[in-house]
Amino acid sequence: MDRDRLAPTVAPNRERSESDLLVRRLLRRIGFYLFVVIVGAYFALPMLWLVFAPFDAHPTLVAAPPSSFTLGNFPDLLKDPNALPSLANSVVLAVATMVLVVAAAAPAAYALSRVRIPGRDLLLYVLLLFSSVVTGTAAMVPLFLLVFDLGLINTQMGVVLVLAGGLIPAGIFILKDFVDSMPKSYEESARVCGAGSLQILRDIVLPYARPGLAVIAVWVVVNVWSNFLIPFILLRDPGLLPAAVVIYNFYTEGGQANLRLISSFGLLYSIPVVAMYLFVNRRYGFRFYGGIKG
Amino acid sequence: MSDPNATALRTRGAVAFLTPALLLIAVFLVFPALWTLYLGLTDYRLTGIQAAYPHVIGLNNYTAALGDPAFANSLWVTLLYVLGSAVIGQAGLGFALAWIFRRWRGPARNALEVLVITAWIIPSSVVAFLWIAFLDTRQGTLNAALGNAAIPWLFSWPLLSIIVFNTWRGTAFSMLLFGGALNTLPPSHLETARLAGASSWQQLRDIALPTIRGHILTNLLLISLWTFNDFTPYLITAGGPNFATDTLPVYIFRNALINFQLGYGAAISAILLGINLVIALIYMRLLRARS
Repeated sequence: MDRDRLAPTVAPNRERSESDLLVRRLLRRIGFYLFVVIVGAYFALPMLWLVFAPFDAHPTLVAAPPSSFTLGNFPDLLKDPNALPSLANSVVLAVATMVLVVAAAAPAAYALSRVRIPGRDLLLYVLLLFSSVVTGTAAMVPLFLLVFDLGLINTQMGVVLVLAGGLIPAGIFILKDFVDSMPKSYEESARVCGAGSLQILRDIVLPYARPGLAVIAVWVVVNVWSNFLIPFILLRDPGLLPAAVVIYNFYTEGGQANLRLISSFGLLYSIPVVAMYLFVNRRYGFRFYGGIKG
Repeated sequence: MSDPNATALRTRGAVAFLTPALLLIAVFLVFPALWTLYLGLTDYRLTGIQAAYPHVIGLNNYTAALGDPAFANSLWVTLLYVLGSAVIGQAGLGFALAWIFRRWRGPARNALEVLVITAWIIPSSVVAFLWIAFLDTRQGTLNAALGNAAIPWLFSWPLLSIIVFNTWRGTAFSMLLFGGALNTLPPSHLETARLAGASSWQQLRDIALPTIRGHILTNLLLISLWTFNDFTPYLITAGGPNFATDTLPVYIFRNALINFQLGYGAAISAILLGINLVIALIYMRLLRARS
């Protein structure tokens, strides 16, 4: 009471500024929720179709809960001559590329991490530069011609070699990080105890680098699984095409697009990469290395 | 005490360890890049007399490209695509999300984060169709959400459509990168600023942005490089309608592998390689300066 009377001119001001603050805070809250809702809708709405349509007996292009729920779209995939075989082709390409990348990048990463090779830093610099500059899109002309001249056009081998060539540099960087983090003393002690080189690699380095190998294996599989351009330009035979190209053919080939086929096949084809990503992310967290992404 | 050769390898072994990787890289990465430069100087075609006897025609492909309005259009479309979808869309939205995720915890936050990341992970030939369906004139979800509108998005607003698409597609990377960068900010700095009465905007402008400047530049360079080389718009619009979404990758693809003007296509590829090289050199300079 007294205080109010002591400061009759200040009180209304303070009241106004307090209510001002309240209003401003309220507006900020509203703005925040509005932003979250809009962004959430932006990211959710286009994806909704892939959640609903595969389970709808009569899907349309609009995303809506299935009017007549069914699981029948999935067994129906068997009727298409290309759908399931293309998933097998994707597996073949992904696994073959993964084996090649790991087999080539792991020893290279170990050598670059452990041995003082003259010009090593320059080599690493050039590798990083080429791996970021020479993308499949920018090099599609020579890649097509090279594979053509090697007689590997329309073969899975051609696709695997091209993809591996593009992924190995980044694979080396990722693995080199892992080897760099391993104390040299492990190998030195083993050497002192009389272990041979192969024994050291097998019993000490390999177990230590296993998480790194797992990361690049999954990373290569995810990249190859999703890659569209390289198989699209290098393969012709429908029996060889991976899922990435087959699903594109489903919606671009003339006639009415078969939405039951596209939706159920799209979901089946997407689930593995999302699962693999979540697995790696949960175990190793988001890491990022310059110049890579499929 | 530490003997440099005490590990499992000596120099000769190292060479053997490096050879398979370097061989594959040389043949399938380095050689194609150099070959592009040579092919761009020839009149190479896949069929006809130039297929058997390609001639070096010097810079003719380049002068032809520079004089071709279709190429100028493609370059312009690509710049708008990169600026709109990568620099403004992905980096802007990615930063906004990283900023609000900084202190926000709870299921809604996690759901939104997973949603953004999923959009980035789903294979491109699937997301391309999801957006064709989403933007469809008569049945699309977007028009349905707007109260049964019938706006032909991909026809009337093709470039804007693929910019909005690619923002959706790639925001996750910027969000994750900025999220990591903001995590390295000492919380005490922001706390002190807040106690001193700094508003969120002031904290952002005076503390967060200057501290993560390097990350912002890194991010912009990487996503620009990737977006310049992004082939996904082809899966949605195939460059059309009327070349409105004819980005450089689509332009190269059409000229080289559909019309089989390989020399001309290689010249355009060389220009794209040059753009990539400039971005990559700046990026690597930045990496060096930081380490």
